[in-house]
Amino acid sequence: MKTPSATGTLAAWSGYRINLVGLVSFCVVLFWALMALLAPYITPHSVGAMIDMDYFGPMRPGLWLGSDYLGRDMLSRVIFGARYTVGISLAAVSIACFTGVVLGMTSAVLGGTVDMVVSRLLDAMNSIPSKLFGLMVVAAVGSSIPVLILTMSVIYIPGSYRFSRALAVNIDTMDFIMVARIRGERLPYLIGSEILPNIIGPVLADLGLRFVFIVLLLSGLSFLGLGVQPPYADWGALVRENIGGLPFAAPAVIVPSLAIASLTISVNLLIDNLPQKIRDRSAP
Amino acid sequence: MKTRVPSLILGRLFIALITLTIVSFAVFFATTLLPGDTATILLGQSATPEAIAGLRTAMHLDEPALLRFLYWIVGLFQGDLGTSYANHVPVATLIGGRLLNTLKLAGLTTLVSVPLALTLGITAAMWRRTLYDRIVTIATIGIISVPEFVIATSAVLVFAVYLKWLPALSFTYDVNSFSGLLRAYAMPVITLTFGVSAQMIRMTRAAVIETLNTPYVEMALLKGASRPRLVLRHALPNALSPIANAVALSLSYLVGGVIIVETIFNYPGIAKLMVDAVSTRDLPLIQSCAMIFCVGYLLLITTADIVAILSNPRLR
Repeated sequence: MKTPSATGTLAAWSGYRINLVGLVSFCVVLFWALMALLAPYITPHSVGAMIDMDYFGPMRPGLWLGSDYLGRDMLSRVIFGARYTVGISLAAVSIACFTGVVLGMTSAVLGGTVDMVVSRLLDAMNSIPSKLFGLMVVAAVGSSIPVLILTMSVIYIPGSYRFSRALAVNIDTMDFIMVARIRGERLPYLIGSEILPNIIGPVLADLGLRFVFIVLLLSGLSFLGLGVQPPYADWGALVRENIGGLPFAAPAVIVPSLAIASLTISVNLLIDNLPQKIRDRSAP
Repeated sequence: MKTRVPSLILGRLFIALITLTIVSFAVFFATTLLPGDTATILLGQSATPEAIAGLRTAMHLDEPALLRFLYWIVGLFQGDLGTSYANHVPVATLIGGRLLNTLKLAGLTTLVSVPLALTLGITAAMWRRTLYDRIVTIATIGIISVPEFVIATSAVLVFAVYLKWLPALSFTYDVNSFSGLLRAYAMPVITLTFGVSAQMIRMTRAAVIETLNTPYVEMALLKGASRPRLVLRHALPNALSPIANAVALSLSYLVGGVIIVETIFNYPGIAKLMVDAVSTRDLPLIQSCAMIFCVGYLLLITTADIVAILSNPRLR
Protein backbone atom coordinates (compact mmCIF):
# COMPACT_ATOMS: atom_id res chain seq x y z
CA MET A 1 0.00 0.00 0.00
CA LYS A 2 2.99 2.26 0.40
CA THR A 3 4.18 2.36 -3.19
CA PRO A 4 2.32 4.32 -5.86
CA SER A 5 1.72 1.24 -7.98
CA ALA A 6 0.15 -0.51 -5.00
CA THR A 7 -2.19 2.43 -4.43
CA GLY A 8 -3.10 2.23 -8.06
CA THR A 9 -4.13 -1.36 -7.77
CA LEU A 10 -5.85 -0.70 -4.48
CA ALA A 11 -7.80 2.13 -6.01
CA ALA A 12 -8.70 -0.02 -8.96
CA TRP A 13 -9.62 -2.91 -6.77
CA SER A 14 -11.82 -0.98 -4.37
CA GLY A 15 -13.20 1.48 -6.88
CA TYR A 16 -12.41 4.39 -4.53
CA ARG A 17 -10.28 7.38 -5.30
CA ILE A 18 -7.57 7.69 -2.71
CA ASN A 19 -5.61 10.87 -2.08
CA LEU A 20 -2.18 11.35 -0.59
CA VAL A 21 -3.16 13.04 2.68
CA GLY A 22 -5.68 10.30 3.38
CA LEU A 23 -3.10 7.62 2.64
CA VAL A 24 -0.41 9.18 4.84
CA SER A 25 -2.79 9.64 7.75
CA PHE A 26 -4.00 6.07 7.28
CA CYS A 27 -0.40 4.88 7.55
CA VAL A 28 0.12 6.85 10.78
CA VAL A 29 -3.04 5.38 12.30
CA LEU A 30 -1.99 1.90 11.18
CA PHE A 31 1.46 2.47 12.67
CA TRP A 32 0.07 3.32 16.12
CA ALA A 33 -2.37 0.42 15.94
CA LEU A 34 0.54 -1.95 15.27
CA MET A 35 2.59 -0.37 18.07
CA ALA A 36 -0.30 -0.90 20.46
CA LEU A 37 -0.79 -4.50 19.35
CA LEU A 38 2.87 -5.53 19.32
CA ALA A 39 4.04 -3.45 22.30
CA PRO A 40 5.41 -6.33 24.44
CA TYR A 41 7.46 -7.74 21.54
CA ILE A 42 9.09 -4.59 20.25
CA THR A 43 10.00 -2.52 23.30
CA PRO A 44 13.80 -2.43 23.57
CA HIS A 45 13.79 -2.13 27.36
CA SER A 46 11.45 -3.03 30.19
CA VAL A 47 8.92 -0.24 30.85
CA GLY A 48 9.82 0.08 34.51
CA ALA A 49 13.59 -0.42 34.34
CA MET A 50 15.72 2.58 35.23
CA ILE A 51 18.54 2.27 32.77
CA ASP A 52 19.86 5.79 32.45
CA MET A 53 22.04 7.33 35.15
CA ASP A 54 20.78 10.72 34.15
CA TYR A 55 17.18 11.89 34.24
CA PHE A 56 15.55 13.69 31.27
CA GLY A 57 18.40 12.38 29.14
CA PRO A 58 18.66 13.53 25.51
CA MET A 59 18.06 11.35 22.47
CA ARG A 60 21.08 9.16 21.69
CA PRO A 61 21.82 5.70 20.24
CA GLY A 62 20.38 3.04 22.51
CA LEU A 63 18.00 5.52 24.12
CA TRP A 64 16.40 6.74 20.92
CA LEU A 65 13.86 9.00 22.57
CA GLY A 66 15.85 9.89 25.66
CA SER A 67 14.98 8.99 29.22
CA ASP A 68 12.24 10.15 31.56
CA TYR A 69 12.31 11.74 35.03
CA LEU A 70 13.48 8.48 36.61
CA GLY A 71 15.90 7.55 33.83
CA ARG A 72 13.58 5.05 32.17
CA ASP A 73 13.61 4.45 28.42
CA MET A 74 11.13 6.83 26.78
CA LEU A 75 10.79 4.79 23.57
CA SER A 76 9.51 1.76 25.46
CA ARG A 77 7.21 3.90 27.58
CA VAL A 78 5.71 5.65 24.57
CA ILE A 79 5.14 2.32 22.78
CA PHE A 80 3.41 0.93 25.84
CA GLY A 81 1.52 4.19 26.28
CA ALA A 82 0.03 3.59 22.82
CA ARG A 83 -1.52 0.45 24.22
CA TYR A 84 -3.41 2.32 26.94
CA THR A 85 -4.35 5.36 24.90
CA VAL A 86 -5.49 3.44 21.82
CA GLY A 87 -6.92 0.46 23.69
CA ILE A 88 -8.99 2.34 26.26
CA SER A 89 -10.25 4.84 23.69
CA LEU A 90 -11.17 2.10 21.25
CA ALA A 91 -13.09 0.17 23.90
CA ALA A 92 -14.90 3.32 25.04
CA VAL A 93 -15.78 4.46 21.53
CA SER A 94 -17.11 1.01 20.61
CA ILE A 95 -19.43 0.92 23.60
CA ALA A 96 -20.51 4.54 23.09
CA CYS A 97 -21.25 4.19 19.40
CA PHE A 98 -22.91 0.80 19.67
CA THR A 99 -25.28 2.02 22.40
CA GLY A 100 -25.82 5.40 20.78
CA VAL A 101 -26.53 4.00 17.33
CA VAL A 102 -28.90 1.28 18.57
CA LEU A 103 -30.78 3.80 20.73
CA GLY A 104 -30.83 6.33 17.91
CA MET A 105 -32.24 3.90 15.35
CA THR A 106 -34.77 2.59 17.87
CA SER A 107 -35.96 6.12 18.66
CA ALA A 108 -36.27 6.94 14.99
CA VAL A 109 -38.28 3.80 14.25
CA LEU A 110 -40.53 3.97 17.30
CA GLY A 111 -41.00 7.74 17.35
CA GLY A 112 -43.58 9.34 19.66
CA THR A 113 -43.10 9.37 23.42
CA VAL A 114 -40.10 7.04 23.52
CA ASP A 115 -38.28 9.24 21.05
CA MET A 116 -39.12 12.42 22.95
CA VAL A 117 -38.15 11.13 26.39
CA VAL A 118 -34.88 9.54 25.27
CA SER A 119 -33.94 12.58 23.19
CA ARG A 120 -34.65 15.02 26.03
CA LEU A 121 -32.72 12.94 28.58
CA LEU A 122 -29.69 12.49 26.37
CA ASP A 123 -29.75 16.15 25.37
CA ALA A 124 -29.63 17.07 29.04
CA MET A 125 -26.65 14.76 29.51
CA ASN A 126 -25.01 16.46 26.57
CA SER A 127 -25.16 19.76 28.42
CA ILE A 128 -22.75 18.55 31.07
CA PRO A 129 -19.27 19.47 29.84
CA SER A 130 -17.38 16.24 29.16
CA LYS A 131 -14.32 16.99 31.25
CA LEU A 132 -16.48 17.99 34.20
CA PHE A 133 -18.49 14.77 33.96
CA GLY A 134 -15.25 12.81 33.96
CA LEU A 135 -14.00 14.69 37.00
CA MET A 136 -17.20 14.03 38.94
CA VAL A 137 -17.21 10.30 38.23
CA VAL A 138 -13.54 10.02 39.13
CA ALA A 139 -14.27 11.88 42.36
CA ALA A 140 -17.11 9.50 43.18
CA VAL A 141 -15.82 6.07 42.16
CA GLY A 142 -12.10 6.46 41.51
CA SER A 143 -10.32 5.92 38.23
CA SER A 144 -9.67 2.28 37.44
CA ILE A 145 -9.42 1.44 33.75
CA PRO A 146 -12.91 -0.18 33.49
CA VAL A 147 -14.43 2.89 35.17
CA LEU A 148 -12.62 5.16 32.73
CA ILE A 149 -13.89 3.16 29.74
CA LEU A 150 -17.47 3.18 30.99
CA THR A 151 -17.44 6.86 31.95
CA MET A 152 -16.12 7.96 28.61
CA SER A 153 -18.58 5.82 26.72
CA VAL A 154 -21.47 7.26 28.76
CA ILE A 155 -20.21 10.77 28.00
CA TYR A 156 -20.20 10.16 24.25
CA ILE A 157 -23.44 8.19 23.91
CA PRO A 158 -25.61 11.35 23.51
CA GLY A 159 -23.58 12.67 20.58
CA SER A 160 -23.62 9.35 18.78
CA TYR A 161 -27.34 9.01 19.50
CA ARG A 162 -28.15 12.41 18.07
CA PHE A 163 -26.11 11.78 14.93
CA SER A 164 -27.48 8.33 14.14
CA ARG A 165 -31.03 9.33 15.00
CA ALA A 166 -30.87 12.20 12.52
CA LEU A 167 -29.67 9.80 9.82
CA ALA A 168 -32.16 7.09 10.73
CA VAL A 169 -35.12 9.50 10.68
CA ASN A 170 -34.35 10.23 7.02
CA ILE A 171 -34.19 6.54 6.14
CA ASP A 172 -37.33 5.87 8.15
CA THR A 173 -39.45 7.86 5.70
CA MET A 174 -38.43 5.67 2.75
CA ASP A 175 -40.81 3.31 1.03
CA PHE A 176 -38.87 0.13 1.75
CA ILE A 177 -39.25 0.73 5.48
CA MET A 178 -42.98 1.11 4.97
CA VAL A 179 -43.00 -2.17 3.03
CA ALA A 180 -41.06 -3.90 5.81
CA ARG A 181 -43.49 -2.55 8.38
CA ILE A 182 -46.46 -3.80 6.39
CA ARG A 183 -44.78 -7.19 6.13
CA GLY A 184 -44.91 -7.18 9.92
CA GLU A 185 -41.17 -7.06 10.58
CA ARG A 186 -40.16 -6.41 14.15
CA LEU A 187 -37.89 -3.75 15.59
CA PRO A 188 -34.60 -5.74 15.60
CA TYR A 189 -35.01 -6.59 11.91
CA LEU A 190 -36.02 -3.03 11.00
CA ILE A 191 -33.01 -1.42 12.64
CA GLY A 192 -30.49 -4.18 11.91
CA SER A 193 -31.31 -5.12 8.35
CA GLU A 194 -33.16 -2.15 6.90
CA ILE A 195 -31.75 1.00 8.51
CA LEU A 196 -28.22 0.14 9.62
CA PRO A 197 -26.87 -0.89 6.18
CA ASN A 198 -28.02 2.46 4.84
CA ILE A 199 -26.31 4.62 7.44
CA ILE A 200 -23.20 2.55 8.16
CA GLY A 201 -20.79 4.80 6.19
CA PRO A 202 -21.46 8.07 8.03
CA VAL A 203 -21.82 6.17 11.31
CA LEU A 204 -18.30 4.79 10.92
CA ALA A 205 -16.94 8.25 10.07
CA ASP A 206 -18.67 9.56 13.18
CA LEU A 207 -17.10 6.75 15.19
CA GLY A 208 -13.68 7.96 14.05
CA LEU A 209 -14.39 11.53 15.14
CA ARG A 210 -15.69 10.37 18.49
CA PHE A 211 -12.53 8.27 18.88
CA VAL A 212 -10.54 11.49 18.62
CA PHE A 213 -12.72 13.19 21.26
CA ILE A 214 -12.22 10.25 23.59
CA VAL A 215 -8.44 10.24 23.08
CA LEU A 216 -8.45 13.95 23.90
CA LEU A 217 -10.60 13.48 27.01
CA LEU A 218 -8.59 10.51 28.25
CA SER A 219 -5.29 12.31 27.78
CA GLY A 220 -6.74 15.38 29.48
CA LEU A 221 -7.90 13.38 32.51
CA SER A 222 -4.61 11.51 32.70
CA PHE A 223 -2.76 14.77 32.45
CA LEU A 224 -4.70 16.05 35.46
CA GLY A 225 -3.63 12.89 37.28
CA LEU A 226 -7.21 11.59 37.35
CA GLY A 227 -7.09 9.17 34.42
CA VAL A 228 -4.85 6.14 33.98
CA GLN A 229 -2.99 5.58 37.25
CA PRO A 230 0.58 4.38 37.84
CA PRO A 231 2.12 1.85 37.27
CA TYR A 232 0.26 2.08 33.97
CA ALA A 233 0.79 5.19 31.89
CA ASP A 234 -0.95 6.40 28.77
CA TRP A 235 0.39 9.32 26.75
CA GLY A 236 -1.41 11.92 28.86
CA ALA A 237 0.09 10.44 32.02
CA LEU A 238 3.54 10.41 30.37
CA VAL A 239 3.28 14.14 29.70
CA ARG A 240 2.16 14.70 33.28
CA GLU A 241 4.96 12.78 34.94
CA ASN A 242 7.61 14.42 32.77
CA ILE A 243 6.25 17.97 32.90
CA GLY A 244 9.28 18.87 35.03
CA GLY A 245 11.41 18.50 31.91
CA LEU A 246 9.50 21.23 30.09
CA PRO A 247 11.82 24.14 31.07
CA PHE A 248 14.73 22.37 29.34
CA ALA A 249 12.63 21.01 26.46
CA ALA A 250 13.34 17.37 27.35
CA PRO A 251 12.23 14.83 24.73
CA ALA A 252 10.44 13.01 27.56
CA VAL A 253 7.70 15.65 27.59
CA ILE A 254 7.71 16.51 23.88
CA VAL A 255 7.56 12.97 22.46
CA PRO A 256 4.30 11.83 24.14
CA SER A 257 2.69 15.17 23.19
CA LEU A 258 3.72 14.58 19.59
CA ALA A 259 2.41 11.03 19.76
CA ILE A 260 -1.05 12.24 20.83
CA ALA A 261 -1.05 14.96 18.20
CA SER A 262 0.05 12.60 15.42
CA LEU A 263 -2.69 10.11 16.25
CA THR A 264 -5.57 12.58 16.62
CA ILE A 265 -4.60 14.76 13.66
CA SER A 266 -4.20 11.67 11.47
CA VAL A 267 -7.59 10.26 12.40
CA ASN A 268 -9.18 13.65 11.69
CA LEU A 269 -7.43 14.01 8.34
CA LEU A 270 -8.19 10.41 7.44
CA ILE A 271 -11.90 11.02 7.97
CA ASP A 272 -11.77 14.34 6.12
CA ASN A 273 -10.15 12.59 3.18
CA LEU A 274 -12.24 9.43 3.15
CA PRO A 275 -13.62 8.68 -0.29
CA GLN A 276 -16.89 10.57 -0.73
CA LYS A 277 -18.59 7.26 -1.44
CA ILE A 278 -18.10 6.08 2.13
CA ARG A 279 -18.48 9.37 3.92
CA ASP A 280 -21.55 10.89 2.35
CA ARG A 281 -23.57 7.84 1.61
CA SER A 282 -27.09 8.85 2.56
CA ALA A 283 -25.82 11.68 4.75
CA PRO A 284 -28.52 14.29 5.25
CA MET B 1 -47.85 38.92 10.41
CA LYS B 2 -47.50 37.81 13.98
CA THR B 3 -44.04 37.41 15.39
CA ARG B 4 -42.96 34.01 16.64
CA VAL B 5 -39.82 35.21 18.36
CA PRO B 6 -41.08 35.58 21.97
CA SER B 7 -42.67 32.13 22.02
CA LEU B 8 -39.58 30.54 20.50
CA ILE B 9 -37.33 32.17 23.09
CA LEU B 10 -39.64 31.22 25.94
CA GLY B 11 -39.65 27.64 24.67
CA ARG B 12 -35.86 27.60 24.56
CA LEU B 13 -35.63 29.00 28.10
CA PHE B 14 -38.10 26.37 29.30
CA ILE B 15 -35.97 23.61 27.77
CA ALA B 16 -32.90 25.12 29.46
CA LEU B 17 -34.73 25.02 32.80
CA ILE B 18 -35.68 21.35 32.37
CA THR B 19 -32.13 20.55 31.32
CA LEU B 20 -30.77 22.34 34.37
CA THR B 21 -33.03 20.27 36.62
CA ILE B 22 -31.85 17.02 35.05
CA VAL B 23 -28.25 18.17 35.18
CA SER B 24 -28.39 19.11 38.86
CA PHE B 25 -29.99 15.74 39.52
CA ALA B 26 -27.13 14.04 37.69
CA VAL B 27 -24.49 16.10 39.52
CA PHE B 28 -26.03 15.30 42.89
CA PHE B 29 -26.33 11.58 42.31
CA ALA B 30 -22.98 11.15 40.61
CA THR B 31 -21.29 12.59 43.67
CA THR B 32 -23.39 10.81 46.27
CA LEU B 33 -22.72 7.45 44.63
CA LEU B 34 -19.45 7.49 46.51
CA PRO B 35 -18.93 4.21 48.30
CA GLY B 36 -18.46 4.68 52.02
CA ASP B 37 -20.45 6.65 54.50
CA THR B 38 -19.99 10.42 54.59
CA ALA B 39 -20.40 10.59 58.37
CA THR B 40 -17.68 7.96 58.90
CA ILE B 41 -15.37 9.77 56.49
CA LEU B 42 -15.92 13.05 58.32
CA LEU B 43 -15.44 11.76 61.85
CA GLY B 44 -12.68 9.30 61.06
CA GLN B 45 -12.31 5.64 61.95
CA SER B 46 -12.15 6.20 65.71
CA ALA B 47 -15.59 7.83 66.08
CA THR B 48 -18.15 6.18 68.33
CA PRO B 49 -21.27 4.70 66.70
CA GLU B 50 -23.41 7.24 68.62
CA ALA B 51 -21.45 10.17 67.22
CA ILE B 52 -21.79 8.78 63.70
CA ALA B 53 -25.53 8.23 64.17
CA GLY B 54 -25.88 11.77 65.51
CA LEU B 55 -24.06 13.30 62.58
CA ARG B 56 -26.06 11.20 60.14
CA THR B 57 -29.30 12.64 61.55
CA ALA B 58 -27.90 16.16 61.59
CA MET B 59 -26.82 15.89 57.96
CA HIS B 60 -30.11 14.20 56.90
CA LEU B 61 -28.04 11.25 55.69
CA ASP B 62 -30.60 8.68 56.81
CA GLU B 63 -33.37 10.25 54.77
CA PRO B 64 -34.21 9.17 51.22
CA ALA B 65 -31.94 10.43 48.47
CA LEU B 66 -34.73 12.37 46.77
CA LEU B 67 -35.40 14.35 49.95
CA ARG B 68 -31.70 15.09 50.38
CA PHE B 69 -31.62 16.28 46.79
CA LEU B 70 -34.46 18.72 47.57
CA TYR B 71 -32.64 19.99 50.68
CA TRP B 72 -29.56 20.54 48.57
CA ILE B 73 -31.43 22.44 45.84
CA VAL B 74 -33.26 24.62 48.37
CA GLY B 75 -29.91 25.33 50.03
CA LEU B 76 -28.43 26.34 46.68
CA PHE B 77 -31.23 28.82 46.09
CA GLN B 78 -30.70 30.34 49.54
CA GLY B 79 -27.02 30.74 48.77
CA ASP B 80 -26.05 27.98 51.20
CA LEU B 81 -23.55 25.86 49.32
CA GLY B 82 -22.64 23.68 52.28
CA THR B 83 -19.38 23.34 54.16
CA SER B 84 -16.16 21.96 52.75
CA TYR B 85 -15.18 18.56 54.18
CA ALA B 86 -11.48 19.25 53.86
CA ASN B 87 -11.11 22.46 55.86
CA HIS B 88 -14.58 23.16 57.33
CA VAL B 89 -14.93 26.51 55.62
CA PRO B 90 -18.23 27.44 53.95
CA VAL B 91 -17.99 26.56 50.26
CA ALA B 92 -19.29 29.99 49.29
CA THR B 93 -16.25 31.68 50.85
CA LEU B 94 -13.88 29.30 49.08
CA ILE B 95 -15.51 29.92 45.74
CA GLY B 96 -16.09 33.69 45.89
CA GLY B 97 -12.74 35.18 44.84
CA ARG B 98 -11.79 32.16 42.75
CA LEU B 99 -14.86 32.55 40.56
CA LEU B 100 -13.92 36.15 39.89
CA ASN B 101 -10.42 35.07 38.83
CA THR B 102 -11.80 32.50 36.40
CA LEU B 103 -14.26 35.03 34.98
CA LYS B 104 -11.39 37.46 34.45
CA LEU B 105 -9.46 34.81 32.55
CA ALA B 106 -12.50 33.91 30.47
CA GLY B 107 -13.31 37.56 29.79
CA LEU B 108 -9.77 38.37 28.64
CA THR B 109 -9.75 35.31 26.38
CA THR B 110 -13.05 36.37 24.84
CA LEU B 111 -11.76 39.89 24.24
CA VAL B 112 -8.71 38.56 22.42
CA SER B 113 -10.15 35.60 20.57
CA VAL B 114 -13.44 36.93 19.15
CA PRO B 115 -11.96 39.72 16.97
CA LEU B 116 -9.03 37.51 15.99
CA ALA B 117 -11.18 34.52 15.05
CA LEU B 118 -13.77 36.55 13.15
CA THR B 119 -11.10 38.31 11.11
CA LEU B 120 -9.31 35.08 10.26
CA GLY B 121 -12.53 33.16 9.58
CA ILE B 122 -14.06 35.79 7.32
CA THR B 123 -10.86 36.51 5.40
CA ALA B 124 -10.24 32.78 4.94
CA ALA B 125 -13.71 32.47 3.43
CA MET B 126 -13.12 35.58 1.33
CA TRP B 127 -9.96 34.15 -0.23
CA ARG B 128 -11.21 30.61 -0.35
CA ARG B 129 -8.92 27.97 -1.93
CA THR B 130 -5.88 30.24 -1.76
CA LEU B 131 -2.68 29.36 0.07
CA TYR B 132 -3.77 31.64 2.95
CA ASP B 133 -7.04 29.75 3.34
CA ARG B 134 -5.25 26.39 3.29
CA ILE B 135 -2.82 27.47 5.99
CA VAL B 136 -5.63 28.74 8.22
CA THR B 137 -7.66 25.57 7.67
CA ILE B 138 -4.79 23.20 8.36
CA ALA B 139 -3.73 25.16 11.45
CA THR B 140 -7.26 25.07 12.88
CA ILE B 141 -7.63 21.33 12.22
CA GLY B 142 -4.29 20.81 13.94
CA ILE B 143 -5.27 22.84 16.99
CA ILE B 144 -8.72 21.29 17.31
CA SER B 145 -7.29 17.76 17.15
CA VAL B 146 -4.84 18.31 19.98
CA PRO B 147 -5.57 18.27 23.73
CA GLU B 148 -5.38 21.62 25.56
CA PHE B 149 -2.34 20.62 27.54
CA VAL B 150 -0.36 19.99 24.37
CA ILE B 151 -1.21 23.53 23.22
CA ALA B 152 -0.18 24.78 26.65
CA THR B 153 3.12 22.89 26.69
CA SER B 154 3.91 24.04 23.14
CA ALA B 155 3.16 27.63 24.14
CA VAL B 156 5.51 27.28 27.11
CA LEU B 157 8.19 25.77 24.87
CA VAL B 158 7.95 28.56 22.34
CA PHE B 159 7.40 31.63 24.52
CA ALA B 160 9.20 30.68 27.72
CA VAL B 161 11.88 28.16 26.81
CA TYR B 162 13.06 29.28 23.37
CA LEU B 163 12.10 32.96 23.28
CA LYS B 164 12.32 33.51 27.07
CA TRP B 165 9.63 36.20 26.97
CA LEU B 166 7.43 34.86 29.72
CA PRO B 167 7.66 32.86 32.94
CA ALA B 168 7.18 29.13 32.34
CA LEU B 169 4.83 27.47 34.79
CA SER B 170 4.51 29.91 37.66
CA PHE B 171 1.63 32.21 38.29
CA THR B 172 3.08 35.40 39.73
CA TYR B 173 0.79 37.36 41.99
CA ASP B 174 2.36 40.68 41.09
CA VAL B 175 -0.57 42.01 39.12
CA ASN B 176 -0.21 45.64 40.20
CA SER B 177 1.91 46.80 37.32
CA PHE B 178 0.71 46.48 33.74
CA SER B 179 3.69 44.41 32.66
CA GLY B 180 3.21 42.09 35.64
CA LEU B 181 -0.43 41.63 34.74
CA LEU B 182 0.49 40.96 31.13
CA ARG B 183 3.06 38.36 32.08
CA ALA B 184 0.76 36.61 34.53
CA TYR B 185 -2.17 36.34 32.16
CA ALA B 186 -0.31 35.98 28.87
CA MET B 187 0.31 32.24 28.88
CA PRO B 188 -3.15 31.06 30.07
CA VAL B 189 -4.86 33.51 27.73
CA ILE B 190 -2.69 32.49 24.76
CA THR B 191 -3.46 28.81 25.33
CA LEU B 192 -7.20 29.35 25.71
CA THR B 193 -7.29 31.73 22.75
CA PHE B 194 -5.78 29.09 20.47
CA GLY B 195 -8.46 26.53 21.35
CA VAL B 196 -11.42 28.92 21.30
CA SER B 197 -10.35 30.69 18.11
CA ALA B 198 -9.74 27.48 16.19
CA GLN B 199 -13.34 26.40 16.76
CA MET B 200 -14.66 29.85 15.97
CA ILE B 201 -12.60 30.24 12.78
CA ARG B 202 -13.85 26.92 11.43
CA MET B 203 -17.50 27.69 12.10
CA THR B 204 -17.26 31.29 10.85
CA ARG B 205 -15.52 30.21 7.66
CA ALA B 206 -18.15 27.52 7.04
CA ALA B 207 -21.00 29.96 7.66
CA VAL B 208 -19.64 32.60 5.29
CA ILE B 209 -18.87 30.03 2.60
CA GLU B 210 -22.38 28.67 2.85
CA THR B 211 -23.87 32.09 2.16
CA LEU B 212 -21.34 32.62 -0.63
CA ASN B 213 -22.87 29.61 -2.38
CA THR B 214 -26.35 31.14 -2.56
CA PRO B 215 -27.82 32.41 -5.85
CA TYR B 216 -28.04 36.06 -4.78
CA VAL B 217 -24.29 36.15 -4.15
CA GLU B 218 -23.75 34.65 -7.57
CA MET B 219 -25.95 37.43 -8.91
CA ALA B 220 -23.76 40.03 -7.17
CA LEU B 221 -20.69 38.35 -8.61
CA LEU B 222 -22.19 38.52 -12.09
CA LYS B 223 -22.98 42.21 -11.79
CA GLY B 224 -19.26 42.71 -11.13
CA ALA B 225 -18.95 43.26 -7.37
CA SER B 226 -15.42 42.91 -6.03
CA ARG B 227 -14.51 40.01 -3.77
CA PRO B 228 -14.37 42.00 -0.48
CA ARG B 229 -17.58 43.81 -1.37
CA LEU B 230 -19.20 40.49 -2.21
CA VAL B 231 -18.33 39.07 1.17
CA LEU B 232 -18.74 42.12 3.40
CA ARG B 233 -21.84 43.71 1.82
CA HIS B 234 -23.75 40.75 0.41
CA ALA B 235 -22.81 37.58 2.24
CA LEU B 236 -21.89 38.73 5.75
CA PRO B 237 -25.23 40.23 6.85
CA ASN B 238 -26.91 36.90 6.18
CA ALA B 239 -24.14 34.91 7.82
CA LEU B 240 -24.36 36.95 11.04
CA SER B 241 -26.78 34.61 12.72
CA PRO B 242 -24.69 31.44 12.30
CA ILE B 243 -21.57 33.43 13.21
CA ALA B 244 -23.09 34.72 16.46
CA ASN B 245 -24.15 31.16 17.16
CA ALA B 246 -20.59 29.98 16.48
CA VAL B 247 -19.14 32.58 18.86
CA ALA B 248 -21.33 31.48 21.76
CA LEU B 249 -20.76 27.79 21.03
CA SER B 250 -16.99 28.19 20.80
CA LEU B 251 -16.92 30.07 24.08
CA SER B 252 -18.40 27.00 25.74
CA TYR B 253 -15.05 25.40 24.93
CA LEU B 254 -13.70 27.64 27.70
CA VAL B 255 -15.46 25.48 30.28
CA GLY B 256 -13.32 22.46 29.44
CA GLY B 257 -10.30 24.56 28.58
CA VAL B 258 -9.97 26.39 31.90
CA ILE B 259 -9.88 23.09 33.80
CA ILE B 260 -6.61 22.15 32.08
CA VAL B 261 -5.19 25.64 31.77
CA GLU B 262 -5.72 26.61 35.40
CA THR B 263 -4.11 23.37 36.54
CA ILE B 264 -1.08 23.61 34.29
CA PHE B 265 -0.38 27.28 35.03
CA ASN B 266 -1.35 27.06 38.68
CA TYR B 267 -3.92 29.79 38.20
CA PRO B 268 -6.03 30.38 41.33
CA GLY B 269 -9.40 29.96 39.68
CA ILE B 270 -12.45 27.84 40.30
CA ALA B 271 -11.36 25.00 38.01
CA LYS B 272 -8.12 24.53 39.94
CA LEU B 273 -10.21 24.55 43.11
CA MET B 274 -12.38 21.79 41.69
CA VAL B 275 -9.49 19.61 40.51
CA ASP B 276 -7.96 19.90 43.98
CA ALA B 277 -11.35 19.07 45.52
CA VAL B 278 -11.50 15.94 43.37
CA SER B 279 -8.17 14.71 44.70
CA THR B 280 -9.29 15.29 48.31
CA ARG B 281 -12.82 14.00 47.52
CA ASP B 282 -14.39 17.10 48.99
CA LEU B 283 -17.95 16.46 47.81
CA PRO B 284 -19.79 19.71 48.70
CA LEU B 285 -17.06 21.69 46.98
CA ILE B 286 -17.16 19.44 43.89
CA GLN B 287 -20.94 19.70 43.68
CA SER B 288 -20.94 23.48 43.86
CA CYS B 289 -18.11 23.90 41.35
CA ALA B 290 -19.75 21.40 39.00
CA MET B 291 -23.05 23.29 39.21
CA ILE B 292 -21.30 26.59 38.43
CA PHE B 293 -19.65 25.06 35.39
CA CYS B 294 -22.86 23.43 34.19
CA VAL B 295 -24.82 26.66 34.59
CA GLY B 296 -22.13 28.58 32.70
CA TYR B 297 -22.10 26.01 29.91
CA LEU B 298 -25.89 25.91 29.66
CA LEU B 299 -26.01 29.71 29.67
CA LEU B 300 -23.63 29.85 26.68
CA ILE B 301 -25.44 27.15 24.71
CA THR B 302 -28.81 28.74 25.37
CA THR B 303 -27.46 32.17 24.42
CA ALA B 304 -26.19 30.64 21.18
CA ASP B 305 -29.67 29.35 20.36
CA ILE B 306 -31.43 32.56 21.35
CA VAL B 307 -29.01 34.69 19.32
CA ALA B 308 -29.67 32.43 16.36
CA ILE B 309 -33.42 32.95 16.80
CA LEU B 310 -33.12 36.72 17.28
CA SER B 311 -30.85 37.30 14.30
CA ASN B 312 -32.89 35.22 11.89
CA PRO B 313 -34.99 37.74 9.97
CA ARG B 314 -37.29 35.01 8.64
CA LEU B 315 -38.69 34.51 12.14
CA ARG B 316 -39.48 38.16 12.67
